Amino acid sequence: MKSDTRRLGSAFLLFFIPVILWLLLLVVLPHLELLRLSFTGNGRPGEVGFSLDNYMAFFKEPIYWLTFVRTAMYAILVTVLVTAIALPVSFYITKLVKVRAAGFLMVLLLVPFWVSELIRVYGWIILLRESGVLNRLLVSIGLFTEPVEMLYNDITMVMGLVYTSMLFMVIPVIGVMEDLDDSLIEAAHDLGASRLAIWRTIIIPHCTPGIVSGGIIVFMLVLGSYLTPNLMGGKNSLWFTEQIYNQIILYFNWNQGAAFGFLLLVLSSLIIWVLLKLTGQNLKEVVK
Amino acid sequence: MQYALSVRNLTKKFSAFTAVDNVSFDVEDGKFFSILGPSGCGKTTLLRMIAGFYTQTDGQILFGGQDMTNVAPNKRPVNLVFQSLALFPMMNVFENIAFGLRRRGEKGAAISRKVNDVLERVSLPDAGAKQVHQLSGGQKQRIAIARCLVLEPRVLLLDEPLGALDAKLREHMKVELKKLQAQVGTTFIYITHDQSEAMVMSDQVAVMNAGRFEQVGTPQDLYHGPSSSFVAQFVGSNNKLRVSLRAAGRGKYVAKYANGLQYPVPETDYLEAGDGWDLFVRPEAMIINPSVQAGDFNLMPATVKSILFDGGNSRLLVSPRGTDDELVVALPQNRQYDAIRAGDDVTIGWDPTKSVCYKSVDWKLYDEE
Amino acid sequence: MIRSLRNSKPYITGFRLFIIAYFVFLFAPLVITMILAFNDSMYPSLPWEGFTLDWFFGNGPKKYGIFHDQANLRAIGTSFRVAVAVTILSTFLGTCAAFLFEQHDFRFKNALYFLMIAPLVIPGVILGISILMFANSIGLTLEALTGLYVEFLGPGFWLIVLGQSSFISTIVALVVIARLRKFDRTLEEAAYNLGASQGQVLWYITLRYLRPAIIGGAAMAFLMSFENFNTTIFLVGSQATLPINLYLQVRDGSTPVINAISFLLITGVSILAVLNLSKGNKPVA
Repeated sequence: MKSDTRRLGSAFLLFFIPVILWLLLLVVLPHLELLRLSFTGNGRPGEVGFSLDNYMAFFKEPIYWLTFVRTAMYAILVTVLVTAIALPVSFYITKLVKVRAAGFLMVLLLVPFWVSELIRVYGWIILLRESGVLNRLLVSIGLFTEPVEMLYNDITMVMGLVYTSMLFMVIPVIGVMEDLDDSLIEAAHDLGASRLAIWRTIIIPHCTPGIVSGGIIVFMLVLGSYLTPNLMGGKNSLWFTEQIYNQIILYFNWNQGAAFGFLLLVLSSLIIWVLLKLTGQNLKEVVK
Repeated sequence: MQYALSVRNLTKKFSAFTAVDNVSFDVEDGKFFSILGPSGCGKTTLLRMIAGFYTQTDGQILFGGQDMTNVAPNKRPVNLVFQSLALFPMMNVFENIAFGLRRRGEKGAAISRKVNDVLERVSLPDAGAKQVHQLSGGQKQRIAIARCLVLEPRVLLLDEPLGALDAKLREHMKVELKKLQAQVGTTFIYITHDQSEAMVMSDQVAVMNAGRFEQVGTPQDLYHGPSSSFVAQFVGSNNKLRVSLRAAGRGKYVAKYANGLQYPVPETDYLEAGDGWDLFVRPEAMIINPSVQAGDFNLMPATVKSILFDGGNSRLLVSPRGTDDELVVALPQNRQYDAIRAGDDVTIGWDPTKSVCYKSVDWKLYDEE
Repeated sequence: MIRSLRNSKPYITGFRLFIIAYFVFLFAPLVITMILAFNDSMYPSLPWEGFTLDWFFGNGPKKYGIFHDQANLRAIGTSFRVAVAVTILSTFLGTCAAFLFEQHDFRFKNALYFLMIAPLVIPGVILGISILMFANSIGLTLEALTGLYVEFLGPGFWLIVLGQSSFISTIVALVVIARLRKFDRTLEEAAYNLGASQGQVLWYITLRYLRPAIIGGAAMAFLMSFENFNTTIFLVGSQATLPINLYLQVRDGSTPVINAISFLLITGVSILAVLNLSKGNKPVA
């Protein structure tokens, strides 16, 4: 029926042209170029033409693919941890605390969301390092006899990643939980369901769309994170983005970097796809 | 007589579906004209073509005798009161009403004079500074109309504007609207599926069905002389008796009903013998236990199934003897029928000239939602 | 279980402790960072050596506060200019996209919509390198064809702006789409019917209605640009933006001037966040 309507029809091109330019020049073509470069030479000057060298290098060199697998595993672990923390937090704010306090807590939750990752990581560094605030406190109250280096290990790094990506899970989960009608929980309770049963049969199924959209964003952010693993992780525990950074900025081997970038893109798309399939969601609904 | 609006052979097709099918009508200046039909009959499409939001497939639209078939909606001398009212939530009442004046390039002093004038006319003189969400349903209604009236359109279109109001307020607004129209003298074209709204307010009503006008006339014409089976069923309540016709000589026919009784039918030229006819008798044309001679009146023995008490609108639900049909009979509250109980046997009688007979067609009269 | 049902004391207390712990976890690093901005010490750590404003206003010889720290001030300036450009570009693109996807039907609409949301699920690092490589390839091709070196296509201001806009536009689009979806299109028809032209309808009705979303989207765009690291790191030229500059200082160790900068950013961002929230705009993730 739309085409029969006499209205702002001529505006179409006005909107279409900028959007198509944006998507073509800043999204589609750059990624095609990334793909092209990843299949070109291996960085030796003057070498052109199709080549699988960059991908071969990835599989031949254990440091590369081990980093890749490690990054993927940790990204999944962080996503799971974030979900496990976000659910009770969202539940408390939407269903348990007094309505007036809920508004205040929401604002409080959102403030760190606006503060840059770098500053948040910096905060952890001055808290946790050997000469940091926490060590100083623990030594002064006599719990520690001497300062301990709490930074630069995998546990701290995972905690940092949980911290920096947390809110991207909390916000969508709060969003869906707000829509959950309290009377459903009351009805389940009235029908004799235990707390665990209510969580399993009512709350979690209802929140799935929010969990999935939060999960996708968190997973993608962690996988592509650079600052947190770089500043909080151990010296010999590389994150895959650091490999990309090293290839491009340090070794100036763009083709190798392109191959790594493309592999990371494939990995993130693949895991997001699997997550969507497992939960029966689709991307269009999830990003709403 | 000058016509405010003339529509000539207007047709609108959406691919294979014909929403408006060759409709023609004229509306005299200053009249209250209603288009009445069930949902999906094409009345909204017709209205949107008149307003200019849809381009017609064929036909012409004239305002004051001037052909404006292909004029853009913002250039037509017609304004529309939307079903949702479409008051601009980001502006206050004054700015809503001033919107059209500003688009015409009118200036400050003239605008406030006109806005205040029209607010006065809709009896909301102090509403200018209010925000739209501060208004009640009935006030919003009047502001939506004022917003159009201030532009002094040749024709004001109203698209079921009372639909969203609750029942009591709707009754009140019907009267208000009729008074307002009489006072301002603008031609109103009112779209509705509610026959009571159309009947109460209008000078003329067009009954629309399946993209066509079935009948155009005064509310009284439509009620007493429906010209089709659809109008008989859609306008007012009516009892429908499935009958077969039998020739009775000299062009006359009698209707044979399921219980074997036969009733004379008013003479018309389209009657013919056979099955599949409907005899329509209005509830208030049916009289309970009439004290008249059988020759002048059609009589029917029946059993009372239940009493539907509703004050002045009370009815009796009866079942003609020998059938499972149900008829609705007006039950005047003059205490004469107080003794009637469910299960009683009664006789129902009606003046044959007050019935009409049409070939059976089952129309979809309302949405089942 | 929930507030309307009767809950046991341990249940409520346990939950409350968990939430307190969570908020401590959330705010501890931020609060510590802000407090140490006022410590009269050469290092961003304890012990507390007394209160000072030197890390804001100090002008040597030992302590250079942020307002006299030329390198950081320059980085703030660069970030600010980048953020302004990104805000303008991505607000424009995002709003266009919102209109395109909400109000128009065309072939391949779904495919195009998918492309538009793709930057949200592509790691920022990859957006950065692919735009770097694409711009470089175009630059090389142009140079080979015409012999001209196009400054614009090398790492630097414009490449940062384009790179950040590639995904920030999507975020603006989603914010505007969310509001446009609630827009009652009969308002447009009503305005049209009252004599407004197409342009006037767009300006007085539709854009006016979208204004809170566009402003909210623009504010998010500004902040996301100002704080972006992952995409920017590959596109930065000789002029570092603030996050890049801070990163180098954090990595290599620095004075509490970083705490002072953090203090200003956290305070500024909180004020913006509260203002934005009080206007009823929920940020979307």
